[in-house]
Amino acid sequence: MRIILNNRNEEFTEETITVNQVLALKKLSFKMRIIKINGVLISKTKYASTVIHDGDNVQILYLMSGG
Amino acid sequence: MRFSEIQRHLGKFRVGIAGAGGLGSNCAVALARSGVGTLVISDFDIIEENNLSRQYYFTDQIGMMKTIALKESLARINPDVFVIIHQKRLDKENIPVIFSGCDVIAEAFDKADMKEMLIETVQISLPGIPLVVGSGMAGWGMNETIRYRKIDDTLYVCGDESSEMSDDLPPMAPRVGIVANMQANVVVEILMELE
Repeated sequence: MRIILNNRNEEFTEETITVNQVLALKKLSFKMRIIKINGVLISKTKYASTVIHDGDNVQILYLMSGG
Repeated sequence: MRFSEIQRHLGKFRVGIAGAGGLGSNCAVALARSGVGTLVISDFDIIEENNLSRQYYFTDQIGMMKTIALKESLARINPDVFVIIHQKRLDKENIPVIFSGCDVIAEAFDKADMKEMLIETVQISLPGIPLVVGSGMAGWGMNETIRYRKIDDTLYVCGDESSEMSDDLPPMAPRVGIVANMQANVVVEILMELE
């Protein structure tokens, strides 16, 4: 399957994949973040159960202290 | 479009600013100078001497509530701006009340967990209101890393999304000011598209 991850095309061999699997495969370990799939906010408690499908637009926003 | 027309247009709108530190105070000043009609500013802190390294305050305001000092400064810059202030620690319960009716909200906290809480709350409880986030601006230099990203019609981010503040990488006026003004620039751009 192919998805858009932060405006870049990403390809995975799996047909569907959970949010947690994407985070693990892409080694995205920084915890302070917001994840949206096709414009819908995914709560942290749903990372394991939320399935990403072919063509989905996944956006991860990283939150840094300072301001 | 002439500046007088831009001001008249921006005068119709209400912008929320969550936090009145480095991002919030500088963002508010830029929006007041641009002529935004109403600013809703919330912060619970008082001004300390070390805030002056980047925040839009003055030595004679040390010890004042940030919201009150900022309101005074904004009135000196543009008395036509209506400034509503809230001296509150923002949380999931009061954010939807304080910022309801805003056309855009600027996120201007310093701590990452508060930024996360605000984004989740606004996106869930105030759906459709565009939120402009500042993330990643500690330190100095590295102009080329500071960027702007539109995630969708309700979420925008300004900053490098990687510089975390620390004792050795403090937030400083130049980069904080750049990001605060980028946020104000996004707010103006969104408002100019509205009828």
